[in-house]
Amino acid sequence: MSVPILKLIAQRIALGIVLLFAVSILIFVGTQILPGDVAQSILGQAATPQALANLREQLGLNDPAYVRYFHWLGGVLTGNLGTALTSGQDIASSIWPRLKNTLFLAGCAAVVAVPLAILLGLIAVRYRNGPVDRLISAFALASTSFPEFFIGYLLVYFFAVKWQVFPAISTVFDGMPFLQRLEAVVLPATALTLVVLAHMMRMTRAAILNVMQSAYIETAELKGLAPLAIIRKHAFPNAIAPVVNVVMLNLAYLVVGVVVIEVIFVYPGMGQYLVDHVAKRDVPVVQAVGLIFAAVYITLNIIADIAAILANPRLRHPK
Amino acid sequence: MLDLKRIPVGAWLGLILTGLFLICAVFAPWIAPHGNGEIVGDVWEPMSAAHWLGTDNLGRDLLSRMIYGARITILIAVLATALSFSLGAILGFTAAAVGGWFDTLMSRFVDLLMSIPTLIFGLVVLSVLPTNTLTLILVMGILDSTRVYRLSRAVAVDINVMDYVEAAKLRGEGMRWIIFREILPNALSPLIAELGVRFIFAVLFLSALSFLGLGVQPPDSDWGGMVKENKDGIVFGIPAALIPAAAIAVLAISVNLVADWVLNRTTDLKGGRGNG
Amino acid sequence: MAKTAPQSATPETLLDIRNLRIEATVYPPGEAPKAVTLVHDVSLSLKRGKVLGLIGESGAGKSTIGLSSMAYGRGGVRITGGEIMLNGHDILKAGAGGIRKLRGREVCYVAQSAAAAFNPAHKLMDQVVEASLLHGVATRAEAEKRAKALFKKLSLPNPDTIGERYPHQVSGGQLQRVMTAMALCSEPDLIVFDEPTTALDVTTQIDVLAAIKDAIRDTGVAALYITHDLAVVAQVSDEIMVLRHGRLVEWGGTRQIIKEPRQEYTNALVSVHEIEHHEQKAEGAPFLSVKNVTAAYGGGAVKVLKNVSVDILPGQTLAVVGESGSGKSTLARAITGLLPPQEGSVTFDGRPLANRLADRPKEDLRQLQMIYQMADVAMNPRQTVGTIIGRPLEFYFGIRGAERDRRVTQLLDEIEMGKGFADRYPAELSGGQKQRVCIARALAAKPKLIICDEVTSALDPLVAHGILKLLLNLQQAEKVAYLFITHDLATVRSIADSIAVMYRGEVVRYGSKSKVLTPPFDAYTDLLLSSVPEMEIGWLEKAIAGRRMESAGN
Repeated sequence: MSVPILKLIAQRIALGIVLLFAVSILIFVGTQILPGDVAQSILGQAATPQALANLREQLGLNDPAYVRYFHWLGGVLTGNLGTALTSGQDIASSIWPRLKNTLFLAGCAAVVAVPLAILLGLIAVRYRNGPVDRLISAFALASTSFPEFFIGYLLVYFFAVKWQVFPAISTVFDGMPFLQRLEAVVLPATALTLVVLAHMMRMTRAAILNVMQSAYIETAELKGLAPLAIIRKHAFPNAIAPVVNVVMLNLAYLVVGVVVIEVIFVYPGMGQYLVDHVAKRDVPVVQAVGLIFAAVYITLNIIADIAAILANPRLRHPK
Repeated sequence: MLDLKRIPVGAWLGLILTGLFLICAVFAPWIAPHGNGEIVGDVWEPMSAAHWLGTDNLGRDLLSRMIYGARITILIAVLATALSFSLGAILGFTAAAVGGWFDTLMSRFVDLLMSIPTLIFGLVVLSVLPTNTLTLILVMGILDSTRVYRLSRAVAVDINVMDYVEAAKLRGEGMRWIIFREILPNALSPLIAELGVRFIFAVLFLSALSFLGLGVQPPDSDWGGMVKENKDGIVFGIPAALIPAAAIAVLAISVNLVADWVLNRTTDLKGGRGNG
Repeated sequence: MAKTAPQSATPETLLDIRNLRIEATVYPPGEAPKAVTLVHDVSLSLKRGKVLGLIGESGAGKSTIGLSSMAYGRGGVRITGGEIMLNGHDILKAGAGGIRKLRGREVCYVAQSAAAAFNPAHKLMDQVVEASLLHGVATRAEAEKRAKALFKKLSLPNPDTIGERYPHQVSGGQLQRVMTAMALCSEPDLIVFDEPTTALDVTTQIDVLAAIKDAIRDTGVAALYITHDLAVVAQVSDEIMVLRHGRLVEWGGTRQIIKEPRQEYTNALVSVHEIEHHEQKAEGAPFLSVKNVTAAYGGGAVKVLKNVSVDILPGQTLAVVGESGSGKSTLARAITGLLPPQEGSVTFDGRPLANRLADRPKEDLRQLQMIYQMADVAMNPRQTVGTIIGRPLEFYFGIRGAERDRRVTQLLDEIEMGKGFADRYPAELSGGQKQRVCIARALAAKPKLIICDEVTSALDPLVAHGILKLLLNLQQAEKVAYLFITHDLATVRSIADSIAVMYRGEVVRYGSKSKVLTPPFDAYTDLLLSSVPEMEIGWLEKAIAGRRMESAGN
């Protein structure tokens, strides 16, 4: 690896860190300075002024905003996410098992969705403008128009209720055997896969098609190479970067899709935790979970960019 | 000229279905057989001649609720789209035409907003804001305007470097002529297609929020909210929740079909008239 | 009819194409797809070791015919009739596997843009020897040895190591030579050269052309050489075939085609550069003077104009000539105020022009009009021709309504287009018509100076010829001056009164046309002038010999 490319990657990572800090400010500002009053939200309209003042004092709401921000940020950086207002529990220790659950679910979906999307994308390119391609794009249109809960409840209705193959509610607990855990997440993982599959496949198709239409593919064809050899030797090395990029961007979507899917299947993950506490207006929890989601999202985007940098021969072999 | 025979089947389907939904939304009180909150029977009655779609979790007529739900869903989505579009397009065009620090500042801020997934940021903000329709429209509209901003800016920047815009600048034309006569007519077709996409996104976003219990609040209910109301029936084999969910899907598909057709139609002509 | 082996395929005949018909399906918007015929029953034959030039304007079908010798159709193009006999076999009957065996073995291809035709992910050497290894012509070591010998023959720098580089690390002219080496490496019988020097600068083109010619001669390979430039093809071919709209116009020996063309169309192509124009004397005071202008992009970081001074006389043409990167277009941007100069000034009618466009009064803007290279992006696609031409009338003179329409009609007449065009959109015009409308738009402002930025370089030679004649006639009638920016010296000879030669941001030679084009020359002007292909057999050898003598003399 050359120096300029390391510099580019370092720049990209540094930019990501700056972005994370900016996002932390945004989330903080979004929950603290907007017209809503946290104390009022917690206690409701009927609260006495005295109770409100006490709560504000307790939450440190009387400090200037930047003091509260740095206090919060300092906590986040040392792993202290504060305590939940509603339950009084330590947020970090509540989040950890849920984060593991969410990553497990998203991981299962990704393991299925990524190879499938690439395969279908390849098939669509191979038979482009033919019936298979049209079928695939019709499926893509449908799937991008379906709300997540439609897919989710369809799966529940048929697989859990009518045919009773899989459980409707995905209960997982600590120390659950792996296979049992896997069985519990079959339906939510399938739903998640269907949510991102179409989009990922469409983007993969476009990325590969773009490579296949390059002049150097024609050159290879005019050298007498067989179609498979052309794909393996000439298209593949140039398609890796765009495809990795597509995959990472879609994994980022997947992480977001998790929120609704978890609620449908009552799966004990981050999404469900976030939604519960938004409804309870438990600001510290919302801030913490929001920040973690944003961090995962930004990280995946950075990986997508780095993959693009690494796979670019112009950057790998500078003049 | 628009030749009716040349409209593809898909687009026809999309136009007709979208039209039907719009009619339901506009004329809901006249079309719906029962009132929105009226309890007309038992809980979760199956489909019958009296109640075509059956009844819901409180024994209200599902068809009537669907029709009223269309009204709320479409109204909020239209208003949010209108907000996101006017905000995003105006700022995007201005950023492209003015350039300089305004462009840099706006674009960096939009990058920042977009680095947080929309749903997550929406949830974070809704956790402190009062729950009412106005808040909902504002949050949806502002968050989504980032995407419109990006598109309008990109389209306008592309057009702005065209020689015909340079020719107009060399002629001494003012900013107004350049934006409204040179840039806008050429930016219109991608923007109109995007309008459809943004509307779908608004419908799906609203439905997701309502499904999570953070959107439209009872007793009013949009389709996403109706899914939430009826979801507990699913495990007993009662498909009531699937009906509003399917309606959302059908609406989204119809609008998608129309948007696709508009995009294809307008990219074909390369300017000028349709059948040149 | 093709059941028996064709008798005419004598051993010397390498390629024999008979009654070739090629079709494609087009998808007009809103209409049913329809088949169009690109090539109508064209026949040709090529003997071993000979070079046949295919020449024609865009849409003549020359590349399509060239690629058909590899049984290849680009973008949905289908060969629907005729026979293509290569080495005595009809390749259209060879089947997919048979075609693959001959591609890269018997016939090889050299593309117009080598930069796009090389795979960015692989080293040059791997790509050069790929076909030889695939077809089992040589072992890797042999193929690499041969490739290095070819690199040397094609005068590439560092022939032993250049193969270790990636495509983006090598310049365009060198890549074109590497691509030629790639085509020669598997020792094919035939090479199809598809405009191999068109994308290159004129001083680079001559070296690549000479290298290709030597390589063809030394290896004894036959070639189809496709180009739109008759002067180029005259240097390398034994025979020339002229094509138009997919039909054969004339086929003959090189000497016959360029000296005694039998068809009117060929004659027009041959005499395309000859325009009668008498140089006007440099009399009177210049109305526009560029004095010591220095300009830079990126806030002064990249200096693209260095201390440039030129004058323009009323009603005369100053041609600014240079290759890409010489700063000639930047000069136009500096004069128009799009790129305010860092130093120096532009004076107009004896007073300084404001540096920035925004600071110039409307009257100054009116006096300076501009015509662009790409006419299709210089007109708003959503405005009619009437609006496009009428806008300057409204804007500068406040002419509206019927009077405006009358003036638009008048201007359309001046550019030799009828009144009916006023309601058309740019997409409905041909390339030449688009450029004419742009000329009319510039004329509508009644300017003293029109800046013409490469206005003919995107057009086919005959169309370009018409535009140049129109510009000269308009100059006579309207007494307008031109600042004519071009890379094409033939154009300069036809229309200029004075010439400025630019090289790397500086004016290296400046004066009246006769002075600039008369020796003694400075080194760069000499190189430039000696690089422009002339329609004369043996010009290439003379030019190369001239250069060698010079470098020996220095």
